Amino acid sequence: MITSFLFKNLDRGIIVVVAILLGLAVAIPALNLLTAPDHPFHVPTYLVSLFGKYLTYALLALALDLVWGFCGILSLGHAAFFALGGYAMGMYLMRQIGARGSYGNPLLPDFMVFLNWKELPWFWQGFDMFWFAALMVVLVPGLLAFVFGWFAFRSRVNGVYLSIITQAMTYALLLAFFRNDMGFGGNNGLTDFKDILGFNIQAQTTRAALFAASAVTLASCLVLTTAIVRSKYGKVLVAVRDAESRTRFLGYRVEHIKLFAFTVSAMMAGIAGALYVPQVGIINPGEFEPGNSIEVVIWTAVGGRGTLIGPIVGAILVNGGKSIFTAAFPEFWLFALGGLFVFVTLFLPKGVVGTVSAYLARRKAQGRAADADKLVAEPMAAE
Amino acid sequence: MNQTISQTKPKSLLYLDGVSVSFDGFKALNSLSFVIEPGELRAIIGPNGAGKTTMMDIITGKTRPDEGQVFFKGDIDLTQRDEAEIANLGIGRKFQKPTVFESHTIWDNLELALNRRRGVFPTLFYRLTADDRARIEEILSTVRLSARRDDLAANLSHGQKQWLEIGMLLAQEPELLLVDEPVAGMTDAETAETAVLLKEIARTRSVVVVEHDMGFIRELGVKVTCLAEGSVLAEGSIDFVSSDAKVIENYLGR
Repeated sequence: MITSFLFKNLDRGIIVVVAILLGLAVAIPALNLLTAPDHPFHVPTYLVSLFGKYLTYALLALALDLVWGFCGILSLGHAAFFALGGYAMGMYLMRQIGARGSYGNPLLPDFMVFLNWKELPWFWQGFDMFWFAALMVVLVPGLLAFVFGWFAFRSRVNGVYLSIITQAMTYALLLAFFRNDMGFGGNNGLTDFKDILGFNIQAQTTRAALFAASAVTLASCLVLTTAIVRSKYGKVLVAVRDAESRTRFLGYRVEHIKLFAFTVSAMMAGIAGALYVPQVGIINPGEFEPGNSIEVVIWTAVGGRGTLIGPIVGAILVNGGKSIFTAAFPEFWLFALGGLFVFVTLFLPKGVVGTVSAYLARRKAQGRAADADKLVAEPMAAE
Repeated sequence: MNQTISQTKPKSLLYLDGVSVSFDGFKALNSLSFVIEPGELRAIIGPNGAGKTTMMDIITGKTRPDEGQVFFKGDIDLTQRDEAEIANLGIGRKFQKPTVFESHTIWDNLELALNRRRGVFPTLFYRLTADDRARIEEILSTVRLSARRDDLAANLSHGQKQWLEIGMLLAQEPELLLVDEPVAGMTDAETAETAVLLKEIARTRSVVVVEHDMGFIRELGVKVTCLAEGSVLAEGSIDFVSSDAKVIENYLGR
């Protein structure tokens, strides 16, 4: 309903969020590296990585918002694209270990030596080069989304059916990646990373740099998605969301419109996963868990779908809450999360950001009306 | 009858011959045949379930016929194409229930409908040109919505939504317009104005109007086709059709 008004009103909001993110990209590393550990404003390294992780989640939620908030495609499989990007980065990090693994094999990662493999599988070739891995981070999720979307959108699979097959997709990948002979480390996934681009991955400076990279990437993707949704293409996306057959009878190829958004969104999710893995130090098949994708939907709903800023706020709020909550009452977290989703759906259908900006817009409109009254009232008083 | 139809086919704008379609054994269209000439304004009447909406679904590519031919401009086979292709060929459709993009402004609704390249990349890099702006302004005044251009379509009245949808059809620059019950739920004044609007539109393109409102059809003063049970019952002027015994029995008499 209010999406097109948000287009106009959120401009300042987007600028503010981009400025905050860029500010954080400088401030958090600075507070971590330049202050002494006992300084009151010191940010410990574990927090730098934790905040960095939140930002990658925020990027994943932003990616989901592009398809769910603007095109009505409720993907319940976005964590799969995130995990695939993460695996691509994980493979690069594994190859960087070189001969420093437990088995000291210069070419094969430990788990392959353990499985008695003699040579590197073909799909591990090239991952020793960062540029190649970086390319795969966007290409693999993008290609999967393209092929999946091609069939789903062409067959006009919509609504809840689409959501179910996206769940099936992530579940199928979960099962596949669990198998040892898939060649991705099975159950244990990929871990024990040493270096990234020649820098020690555990080093305080590397952690700070990864945080800064996450913040800058999130800011760039926010600008990119804003440009997309503000273009005429973005208006077509919303048109598809609100009246798909009307859009089709106007002559738009709805399947192409959806496919583009879905593919771009999957690529963004892949980048998020690639930034996530070096900061948490592990990637395993658990990331494909169907529940993970549903959590992304909750973050987006809490923040406000179709607002771009909302998912970022939602991801940070919910995950911040999760970190605090799970420390205090670990067994109740899922109840709290479920309760939160029900609460937001019932009482804040536009999410936190949607509700706040609707309130601000209303107040602004009232203010304008009051000003107009004053203008009318004053000359009359003068008479 | 069939002889004359095959002779008129090359000159016709829309040509349906022997079109049948059934859903779960129910024959929605039963060997339906008729022809629309270029520049013609035609009214189609008929009782509920006569197949009026199914006929539109077939012409616009939403439904495939079981048998029969549907040709546009003499030689374009519509049964082989999908909705988007048919729309881009120049056939516009207005739904029974007004369907506009409620969360877009009236201006954006028309901008989206405007007959420009509709691919992903052309829309992504689209810039509103002076020509496009002028065309939208022109349509806004045709459908009498100039003053509301920046309002959300959701805030329009029912009648205004119908007009906005007709305006969107105009922006599409179709050669053939299919209009399903344009005056349903309109006041008498709005109905009269809609008749004027449609007649104005029909000066430059062909229009097929499906309508129940006999007063409205009389106001249009055009050739009428009466459908019943999926085929043509009678065709001619409104007076001719409404005095036809079968039409009275099947439709008007009820």
